[in-house]
Amino acid sequence: MTAFEPKIVAFCCYYCAYAAADLAGSMRLAYPPNIRLVEMPCSGKADARVILKAFEEGADGVYVAGCLEGDCHFLKGNLRAKKRVAALKKRLAEIGLEPERLEMFNLSGSMGPRFAEIAREMTERIRALGPSPLNRGRSPAGTAQEG
Amino acid sequence: MIVAEGKPLEEVYALIAEAKKVLVVGCGGCVTVCLAGGEKEVGLLAASLRMKRKLADRPLETVEVTLTRQCDPEYVEQLDRYVTEEIDAIVSLACGVGVQFLAERYPKWVVPALNTKFAGGTLAPGRWEERCGLCGECILHRTGGICPIIRCAKSILNGPCGGSQNGKCEVNKEIDCAWQLIYDRMRLLGRLDDLLTIEPAKDWSKAKDGGLRKVLREEAILA
Ligand code: SF4
Ligand code: SF4
Repeated sequence: MTAFEPKIVAFCCYYCAYAAADLAGSMRLAYPPNIRLVEMPCSGKADARVILKAFEEGADGVYVAGCLEGDCHFLKGNLRAKKRVAALKKRLAEIGLEPERLEMFNLSGSMGPRFAEIAREMTERIRALGPSPLNRGRSPAGTAQEG
Repeated sequence: MIVAEGKPLEEVYALIAEAKKVLVVGCGGCVTVCLAGGEKEVGLLAASLRMKRKLADRPLETVEVTLTRQCDPEYVEQLDRYVTEEIDAIVSLACGVGVQFLAERYPKWVVPALNTKFAGGTLAPGRWEERCGLCGECILHRTGGICPIIRCAKSILNGPCGGSQNGKCEVNKEIDCAWQLIYDRMRLLGRLDDLLTIEPAKDWSKAKDGGLRKVLREEAILA
């Protein structure tokens, strides 16, 4: 049996996390291939429904990455995202999923190494939690995504 | 508007325990504005229910529809094509009125997903407060535009009571004494003398104690 490789979706703000991912690439920093990046115009655009959909469609973990607090290009998008993520964690618990599968991170576009570190941190966290209970019965490592 | 808030997920989940396929219906009126039962909340509730059921190994199928209003037959009728044979239950995210309008139209198990709280307004995003007790005979002109029926814990018509302390209600120190507010406002308007007129006992038969209330407007009736 193959080892569990978590599938993690990262909703990344274009101005910070997404740019930091780019930088991590240019710096040739390795980070786990478990992360699927979704470019967002702002972390505040991360809709609760879309985050839930990610879990429903097979993500073992999800995180939203926005600018450092006080640095949002749209002033308060990252603060709103933080509140929504906190509320969604409660909803995940009500559903029966571990709230730790969802997290909010803040970083700037120049923090390539931090981007890689977050990717590792989240991958380790989810690896320790094991596959999402919603993925029981699915084949491992990204082969069984339902449409 | 009517202000409502979502029931705990567990409660709605239990209400449709038997169902295999449910219609989750939102309302584009008040409950969209107070972020309790609009299209977005329909999406969140439907997804949550599907996932919770999947974890219990009893997958649930959902159909999501949000009507302009659930308290108007012309919009409720639009649900006809979604209320098919295989729909086992209808989950309404409207206020209690919408839930009843759906139940009156369809011989299905219709359940409320919200707790309807009060007639009120938005103080700031995410904060709502009650303003009207729907008494059926408004006396706001007597009280400077502040409703004693709903804002005074004792619904006193000639206040304040003896418990008014430093502008706060004796029932809860967090709440302003409605009669202090009324007094301050009437003073501001130079109408303190109006408060010397005793407000007679209210005819509560015009409020909810008189049974189901109706409003008829002859000129608006079509048939
Ligand atoms: S007096 Fe009656 S109708 Fe007027 S605001 Fe108060 S409860 Fe509502
Ligand atoms: S303290 Fe004021 S608001 Fe409270 S019950 Fe007395 S009169 Fe009403």
